[in-house]
Amino acid sequence: MNTMAFFISESSQGEYVMKKILSGNEAIARGAFEAGVSFVSAYPGTPSTEILQTVAEEYPAIHAEWNPNEKVALEVAAGASYAGARCMAVMKHVGVNVAADPLMTLPYTLIRGGLVLVSADDPELFSSQNEQDNRHYARFAKIPMLEPSTSQEAKDFMIEAVRVSEEFGTPVLLRTTTRISHSMGVVELGNEKGGSIPSLERHPAEWVMLPANARVRHPVIEERIIALKSYSDASPLNFMEIGSSKLGIISSGVAYQYAKEAFPEASFLKVGLSYPLPEELIRNFAAQVDELWVVEELDPFMEEQVKALGIDCRGKDRLPLCGELNPDIIRGAITGTVPEDRGVQPDLPPRPPSMCPGCPHRSMLWALKRNKCFIAGDIGCYTLGFLPPLSAIDTTLCMGAGINHAHGMATVFGPGKEKIAAVIGDSTFYHSGITGLLNLAYNKGAALIVILDNSTTAMTGSQDHPGTGVTVRGEQTLNLDLENLVRALGIGWVRTVDPYDIKQTRKDVKEALAFGGPSVIISKAPCVLLKSRKVSGRALTVDTDACTGCKVCIGLGCPAIEFRDEKAHINEMCVGCGVCADLCVPKAIGGEK
Amino acid sequence: MNVLMTGVGGQGIILASDMLSEVMMRSGCDVKKSEIHGMAQRGGSVMSHVRFGERVDSPLIPFDSCDILLSFEELEAARYLKYLKKDAMVIINRYRLAPPAVVSGSRAYPDVVPFLKEKTPNIHLVSGTAIAEEMGNARGVNIILLGVLSTLLDPPESAWYDAINSMLKEKIRAANIQGFKRGRQIQIQ
Repeated sequence: MNTMAFFISESSQGEYVMKKILSGNEAIARGAFEAGVSFVSAYPGTPSTEILQTVAEEYPAIHAEWNPNEKVALEVAAGASYAGARCMAVMKHVGVNVAADPLMTLPYTLIRGGLVLVSADDPELFSSQNEQDNRHYARFAKIPMLEPSTSQEAKDFMIEAVRVSEEFGTPVLLRTTTRISHSMGVVELGNEKGGSIPSLERHPAEWVMLPANARVRHPVIEERIIALKSYSDASPLNFMEIGSSKLGIISSGVAYQYAKEAFPEASFLKVGLSYPLPEELIRNFAAQVDELWVVEELDPFMEEQVKALGIDCRGKDRLPLCGELNPDIIRGAITGTVPEDRGVQPDLPPRPPSMCPGCPHRSMLWALKRNKCFIAGDIGCYTLGFLPPLSAIDTTLCMGAGINHAHGMATVFGPGKEKIAAVIGDSTFYHSGITGLLNLAYNKGAALIVILDNSTTAMTGSQDHPGTGVTVRGEQTLNLDLENLVRALGIGWVRTVDPYDIKQTRKDVKEALAFGGPSVIISKAPCVLLKSRKVSGRALTVDTDACTGCKVCIGLGCPAIEFRDEKAHINEMCVGCGVCADLCVPKAIGGEK
Repeated sequence: MNVLMTGVGGQGIILASDMLSEVMMRSGCDVKKSEIHGMAQRGGSVMSHVRFGERVDSPLIPFDSCDILLSFEELEAARYLKYLKKDAMVIINRYRLAPPAVVSGSRAYPDVVPFLKEKTPNIHLVSGTAIAEEMGNARGVNIILLGVLSTLLDPPESAWYDAINSMLKEKIRAANIQGFKRGRQIQIQ
């Protein structure tokens, strides 16, 4: 979390202003505060997570809550808006898929308090299962979209998004990418505008979306988009910077900054409000330049719309559709040159992310693998069990999919034919595993489902969820009994196991697989990054005389165990979980435990 | 000016690059900084781009433009050679953390200095980790390396203490100032 202090400095207008270095995410939280937002909902997801965390830590007057999933986050925000509060729902790009159901009908309804949906996209898939371009959602749902290109704009655009939402009575999409959310820049701070006062109103014709009402509301959306087109042409968020007339570049988001770096002399049409596009401004700009390029990451979202206006332009014929851009890619594409050889890049051993030393997921995955299971995976740290030597994850699609994969496969094979299991983390289970498990019980499935309960949302940096008993602000809340929840969903065979007891865990897995119906193992041990972890923290040692070099311990894929000179060695990263010691046949691993 | 910090998740690179950014902002520069969070924290490679000057557009350093590379781990110094300017200043912390292929014994830990020498003669190895351990806290390596880096930049020593005082909790300030001073004593020019 950002710890930087305020710093008073002279502004471009010669006044004294407060400046702070903020990430795009911190700037969005600040913008929400300055805009008088009083309600923020979110499900953690890289690169969006720090927005709600910053709200919770820095702006105590704003209600902040982690939700079980993004659909809940958007729907509670809609409720807050209906009550007259300014609100923001925050999620990563794939989270918007989960929230897509409310999103598509929400624009039909009357928005009272400004409602901003923040979608943090992840070009280059730094921490995601796909790199979908969520700008399409703005067009799909027919809502305005703002795309900041710096931290300063992230703050300013958040404020403008709230204003546009209230002026036009529509949800607004604020779309960032990883390089906006996680880059830091200097931001001039402003004052809080003051919030709105909630009041109970009833608008059944605008809030009850049964066909007769929704049919009436649909034209409202179409008229609104026409009004927003005019606004887009007039908005200060869309502007021209006229330089050389030889090259004109239309760009938005971080791509604008890269293009500016690559072609400082070119003319630019900087698009901040990128749906609906400023059509008149685009025509005007195109008429002023010899060669027109549209520079954007991922899909030709703007390019296709510019071409549909009958304006000739270039873009994705040279610019890549996949991955993030950078100044060098843009320079190469527009000049048509191949980047010069930058000398030999050595072939270095890769350093992919891996499960931490002492991670409780490791031994459970090992036990499933030893029982020859097919393991349908899910979204979380345990996905990293895909990497060798564990090689324990056989599928990963989206949040909650693993349980359903396992059920589908096990059903096709029939009872007792193949050992089909699924693993799902506790946060992911509350997000979208509950319905899958209910389905498994209802349809008489036979898969083994392992809930890897590490008492946190680990992958995104340890956020609380409905199973941790604590809110985003650290307040005590409900004490959910996971085993009882699983039983209530109709699962008869449920057992909570300690994954650090590797031998017993392996036996439990065997027993669960032998059970004829659906079974659930709750693998319960706190994440090793939590204070509540159940490991000593003291490193184990190897008696190299006793070590036979059998590599059984190496098979765990623990970064703390190295293999040198035909012997295992334990390095300083060891936290003393003891799983390798329990597996060591010659009992060469010992010391602390 | 473009500074690239590289290393492994958990080495304190993000805090070090935060501090550099804060100092440069207080010196009146425009500053942008970019790095990847999330999965990279699980022991993966980490790279932080810090850019400052009168005006900064791209938060990413263009290729062939990095003036100073500060690597917290030896191998990671050579992972992003395309960013280095010819004759860039390279400071490498003497610390080797075996990546998975080396842990499992399938590959050897490479000596990366010869690769870097093809780009620049200005390579300096410093014993930041050893000094941090000697000072009683191996995790203090980031502030020691920041001390080394500070001697190559314009802001006065006091600007760094202002940043440390404003960004760190009181109980860890003294140790960090001590580590920073120790880093400044390391001669690299």
